[in-house]
Parts: sequence; structure tokens; C-alpha cells
Amino acid sequence: MALARNDSSPLFAEGASSTLRLVIYLALAIILMVVDRHFHYVEILRMRASAVIEPIYRLAAMPAKLAHDARLAFSDRNALTEENARLREALMLSQTRLNRLGVVQEQNQRLKQLLDVQNGLGVGVQLAKLIDLDLDPLRHRIVLDAGSGEGVSIGQALIDAHGVVGQIIEVMPHTSKAMLITDPSHALPVRIERSGVRVIATGSGVVDRLDLLNIPASADVKVGDKLVTSGFGGRFPAGFPVGEIIEVKNDPSGLFGAAVARPSAALDRAGEVLLLHELADPIGPPPPAETPGPPPAVVPKTIAAPAAPTTP
Amino acid sequence: MNHLRAHGLLFYGSILVVFLLQLAPMPQALLAFKPYWPALVLVYWALEAPDRVGLGFAFLLGLCGDMLTGEVLGEQALRLVSLAFIVLRFRSRLRFFPMWQQAVAVLALLLNDRVVLLMMRAFGGDPRPPATFWIAPFVGMLAWPWIFLLLDDLRSRLRARDA
Repeated sequence: MALARNDSSPLFAEGASSTLRLVIYLALAIILMVVDRHFHYVEILRMRASAVIEPIYRLAAMPAKLAHDARLAFSDRNALTEENARLREALMLSQTRLNRLGVVQEQNQRLKQLLDVQNGLGVGVQLAKLIDLDLDPLRHRIVLDAGSGEGVSIGQALIDAHGVVGQIIEVMPHTSKAMLITDPSHALPVRIERSGVRVIATGSGVVDRLDLLNIPASADVKVGDKLVTSGFGGRFPAGFPVGEIIEVKNDPSGLFGAAVARPSAALDRAGEVLLLHELADPIGPPPPAETPGPPPAVVPKTIAAPAAPTTP
Repeated sequence: MNHLRAHGLLFYGSILVVFLLQLAPMPQALLAFKPYWPALVLVYWALEAPDRVGLGFAFLLGLCGDMLTGEVLGEQALRLVSLAFIVLRFRSRLRFFPMWQQAVAVLALLLNDRVVLLMMRAFGGDPRPPATFWIAPFVGMLAWPWIFLLLDDLRSRLRARDA
């Protein structure tokens, strides 16, 4: 194709790529990034453009989904029967355990009533499927096929059958984005089940590894210790399994201990996750008591009782 | 279909496909090997159709990429603008390089892009990425001849049908 070129030296063409324009565009990009870091308006923009973005997400995930479905459709009978038998066995075990738990729960309920404890462990869950997408290899993000239309909201915790998976960071009408606990910018307050030591588990950027930094040197931490969520921070309910410590070492300064844990959730092969519905109650001081005043009986009727709806 | 429309279809089609490729899932083990597809196609169009592809186009393409995958608006825009600038600057020479030399130039461009990305991520406070971070540009270099040949072939077919 013959190009109409009107510049004089074709070997060092200025024209479309002048340095001034480069500087302007770079400055524009940097301004966008800085402003976005502060105001996070990309999420709002993405919400607005969701009508375009969501179909693209589905389209991009389609080949992998088709391949998966095809494999399922043509997988041989033996494998399926075997899997069925295994699941049946697992279900039976879980059922037995649940039955025992039911008794314990009943007992717990009674004891709690005796103690007048309000907050329970009751959490509603919702099943969400993963849309298999790769957003950024350096970040650990997943896309789920449920969004604000299905009642998903930012900050909800994600779990699977084995433990904590992550939390929702962005919602669109029918998809949402979650950050895995192994993302380099994720931190999760955990407790060591055996000794009760509380530490922060930060993501390492590697899918089967969590870092525990700044553990007090005197803390009781051993290889094989189980980690559970501590409930601090209010994002994750207390008591969900997080992982298991596989290595204990000293941090470079020598003042603190450090450890490495393996997440118990199947982060790299989960196909479905559970969204916890209620956000955890933040553990902290109790809410302030209601303002003292005269008991309702003393308050004049005209103020205390709202106008009764007139019934025809 | 007239020539211009078919050409435009190929142009925008290739860009859509590139975004789909970038989003498409990969097994965990192969994740590090995924080249930065939008950069490769941008290099191709900057070489072959500079009347369509300028810095402004690269900027818009980057913004689209950020809307789809990124979490900070402007990150890919900056990467692609700097990439497009270099390509457009050396376009007349790059175009007449033999294939292997072109591939090496693409490697250099992609490595530069990685350095830019690393710098931006470091400003954002990310930890240092693993060593596998540097594999993708080499895969991009290997993928370049195929992309070039594929798009060139599609374009010459359009032209032949047109003539």
C-alpha cells in the first residue's frame, strides 16, 4: 500500500510520533493512574461499561468452558462411577459428622441462651461459579458469575469446601471480581489453632503459599500448625480454616519469626465457591449502650405511639 | 464489500481477538508463558498501517485493556504508548528487517515493556515479581513471526479478492 508521506526524511519520521505528543500521552496516563489510585473510579467506569465488558468476559471464557464441558461429556463411564462412589462415601462421612454436630449445636444454643450471647456462627451462603479468566498473571484475581443482581456486595468472604478462598473486591451487574488470599496485596488476620497466637497471613503471589511475617520471637509456632481466621478486621468470620504451616524460620532482621503456610482451599482448581452472606461481626468492644431516658411507659402516649394506620 | 471496510474489519477483529486471547484462561503452569498479545498486534499495525495507528490509538487501546483487565486506569495505556512511540520512530527500518531481526527487535520492545511495567508496579508498592516474569517477552519473540505471517496473509487475501 502506497502511503502518502509528506515528511522530508522518511528514515526518522517525526509526524505522528513526535516527542511532544509522547510526553503529553505519558503525562496523561500517569495522571490517570495517580487519580485512579486515590479515587478508584475505574471500578465505577467498569460498572457503567458492564454491558460491554460482561459479554467479552463470557466470550473469552467460552473456549475453555466448552473444552471442559466436552471433556465431561466424553469422560468415560468408569471414571464417573468411581467419582460417584467416592462422593457418596464423602457425603456419608459428612452426614455422620453433621448429625453429631447437630447435637452439639443444640447444646451450644442452650448454653448460649444461658449466657445471653447474641452473635452466632450462623451464616448464609450462596454458590457462585468461576468464570475462567486470566486477568493479570501477577495478581491473583478471579471472576465469578454472580454480581450485584444476585445480591453480591463488596467485601463478602469466599470459601470453598476446604477453607478461605478470598474476598469480593468489585461487583458488576452479573459478574464480580474477587481477590484470592494469595494475592500479593492481600492480608488476612489468622489465629494459630493450637496455641492461639494471632498473626497476619499475607499473600505471596505464589498460588500455594502464604507468608506469615513479624511473628513475635517468643510465639509458639510449629510446622504443621493449623491456621484459622481470627475474625479480626470484620471481613472474615472467625474459625474458618485458612492453611497449614509448612516452614518456620527467622526473618532477616532476626528480631521476629516468620513462617510459610500452604492454603487449605483449592485455590488453583476451584470451579465453584461459596459466598458468605453476612459479613462477620467485628470483634471489639460492645456497641455503646442506648441513651438512658425515661422508660417508655412514662413517655406521653402522643409522642411514643406513631399515628396508627387507619383501616378502612 | 469494499476494500476499506474489509480492511477495517480485519483491523478491529484482530484487536478484539487479541483481548480475548489476553483474557483466555491458561493452566497455572503455563501462565508465565503468556505473551502480552496486545503489544504484538499493536506492533504489527504500527508497522503496516501507521495511518491508522498513532500514539492516540495506542493510548485508547491501552485504556480498553485497563477497563477489561487492569485495576488502575492508565497502566496499559502508558505501556502501549511508549511501545508505539518506539515502533513508529524506527518504523522505516523495522519494516525492512529480515524476519529474525524483526523478532529480536520485538523481544527488545517487550523486554522494555516489562521494565516499564516493573517500574510502575514498584511505584504502586508491589513486591518484586518472580523470575518467571521475564519469560513472556521471549515467548512473544517466538510468536511474532506467526502473527506477522498470519496477519500479512489475511491482508494479502483481502487485497487479492479486491483486485
